[in-house]
Amino acid sequence: MEALIEQLKQEIIAQLNLDGLKTEDINPDTPLFGDGLGLDSIDALELIVLLDKNYGLKILNPADGKKIFQSVRSMAEFISENKK
Amino acid sequence: MEKETWIDGMMMKGKVYVAGDNVVSSLGFTSEENFAHLKKMETGVKQYNDASLWMEPLMASRVDDVRLEREFAKLGSSEGFTRLEKMMLVSATAALSENKKIDISSSRTLIIVSSTKGNIELLDKEEGKRFEKKRLYLWETAAQVARFMGNPNKPLVVSNACISGVLAIILAKRLLDEGKYDTMVVIGADSLTKFVVSGFQSFKAVSNEVAKPYDAKRTGISLGEGCGTMVLTNDETKLNDAERILVMGGASSNDANHISGPSRTGDGLQMAIEKTLSEAMMPAEEIDFISGHGTATQFNDDMESLAVANTQLGAVPMNSLKSYFGHTLGAAGIIESVMGVHSMRQNTLIGTYNFEELGVPATVNIIKDTRAEEVNNCLKTAAGFGGCNAAVLFEKLTSRARA
Amino acid sequence: MENTTKITAACVIENGKVYVNSKLDFAAEGSATSLDFLKAAYTHYQLNYPKFYKMDSLCKLAMVASELLMRTNRINEKYASEAIALIIANGASSLEIDTEHQVSIADEANFFPSPAVFVYTLPNILIGEIAIRNKIKGENTFFIFDTFDEDFIHSYTDSLMNNDKAKCVIAGWVDFYEDKYRAFLYTVERTNEGEAHTTTNINKLIDNKLNFERN
Repeated sequence: MEALIEQLKQEIIAQLNLDGLKTEDINPDTPLFGDGLGLDSIDALELIVLLDKNYGLKILNPADGKKIFQSVRSMAEFISENKK
Repeated sequence: MEKETWIDGMMMKGKVYVAGDNVVSSLGFTSEENFAHLKKMETGVKQYNDASLWMEPLMASRVDDVRLEREFAKLGSSEGFTRLEKMMLVSATAALSENKKIDISSSRTLIIVSSTKGNIELLDKEEGKRFEKKRLYLWETAAQVARFMGNPNKPLVVSNACISGVLAIILAKRLLDEGKYDTMVVIGADSLTKFVVSGFQSFKAVSNEVAKPYDAKRTGISLGEGCGTMVLTNDETKLNDAERILVMGGASSNDANHISGPSRTGDGLQMAIEKTLSEAMMPAEEIDFISGHGTATQFNDDMESLAVANTQLGAVPMNSLKSYFGHTLGAAGIIESVMGVHSMRQNTLIGTYNFEELGVPATVNIIKDTRAEEVNNCLKTAAGFGGCNAAVLFEKLTSRARA
Repeated sequence: MENTTKITAACVIENGKVYVNSKLDFAAEGSATSLDFLKAAYTHYQLNYPKFYKMDSLCKLAMVASELLMRTNRINEKYASEAIALIIANGASSLEIDTEHQVSIADEANFFPSPAVFVYTLPNILIGEIAIRNKIKGENTFFIFDTFDEDFIHSYTDSLMNNDKAKCVIAGWVDFYEDKYRAFLYTVERTNEGEAHTTTNINKLIDNKLNFERN
């Protein structure tokens, strides 16, 4: 799980163009949206693309993303539970 | 502030008239044909299974290729034009053919083109082989159109997301008021491409059914394509119709909030509407009809309802034509304005196809079924990516005594 | 002359150089790519706006130019947000990022259109970014020309100001395509200071020869 979290952090930084941010700056339990990392609605859609492209996981209803994209850890948990 | 200009010895007081129009869309190739479908509440949005657009079934509004080629062949031309340019030439020629007093070859006539993506399909390697690379540029598309039409002036191109069409009409009115030109041919066009479809799909913004503007159960937009042409003049002697339709004023604004999400309060669109009414010296209570933007996305329709209600226009009959034409992007503002003008001419309010139950935060008066009613003016609104908003007001001259 | 429109500030970016009010302000000619240059300028000027990294190259260019323009002329402190207009043009629209989006959809086996890319495939997004950054809410229009049409932009700017549609206009050109770029943005206001707003002076400004020091 920790390795997956580390990998996800790198992928998020790259996919969302969070230049200047390092993986150690992201706490796996910090909320990705709102006061946490401060991501916006386009970032949320971009994370859907990331899950599809890198893990083959499709989220058809953006509303489902709310729970999955709570934090890096919740994303990692979703991936490990659903990855074939 | 109205400017006085002297033309042919006759004093014009900043009056700008609609002198001709056309719509090329899924619903037809003339304004009348399109409007007849709207009156009967027949939509042009249907399901397509076309992998060149999208890998799954797609609800969209498309211009019939066979008819486009047939209409284009009548112009006596051959190869060498893109599909988008053909739509533009067919539409502009048709708009001008109805008014022989308009001289497209005059140096006092200017073409304004409104488009968001132009010939973007030429970015595709295969498509791109058929044309010179410079055809990708919107200025070249516009130049091709001006050359074919025989207009001597360098055309203007407005590319400002989904408010482009409304902006182009506002711009035309302002330039006519300046007096350098007496006629503007405003052409708005965009075509449905994989480029656009895939982008809106990545936004999860495309509905699986025909768009349901302002409805509680709306699930997103329907995409469309087409071309609208509106000919405007400040010279009353160039008009055919006994009925005078005037462009009274218009304004644009920016939310300064988010590049893809509209303002949550509607303040930007509200400002554009307020400035428009103020320029036209038109009190809100005299507005007869609002032709809304109504894309049927959650946030747009919410925002629009707030802007309309906050400008004291909540009780005014309002529709969206996005469930007929789909969202035609840079063409939308012109196509919908042309249909608004026909609503005024025919005193008919068009119902919003597929609208059942209001589902927006502020109360607005969405027209459900088409009905006959006196329509003396039409406020057209639009909003788009980049946080932009625009509004323009049309009025029938017979409706109010004016100095 | 009082009450005539004046060019009150300008920023020009081209060939690895930044000019503010016609004076060379920053140069990074060694940058490998145009994008590297823009990032170097962002760092040099300590613009401190993390959203910059998310923008496409066209908006990055617009952001650097507009930030420097606003630093030298704080118009958003002088005018109401709705009294400032943005009238900007270019030649290549958003073709730079359009190409990136096209690449993402060209291959069926690797079909991943990105919303963060697609959102920039409209040239007026750069107006939106400038508006957001500076809380500017006035008239805004993006034009496409083969080359900058100073006659039209000049007369339209004056028309907006003469007809009370704007008290200040940010006008100019921001273009980025195939590693070539050029930006010039300038402010037009009704004031005693600055250079007369004429097409001759707009051309001087583009060539960094407008004398902002005279007054």
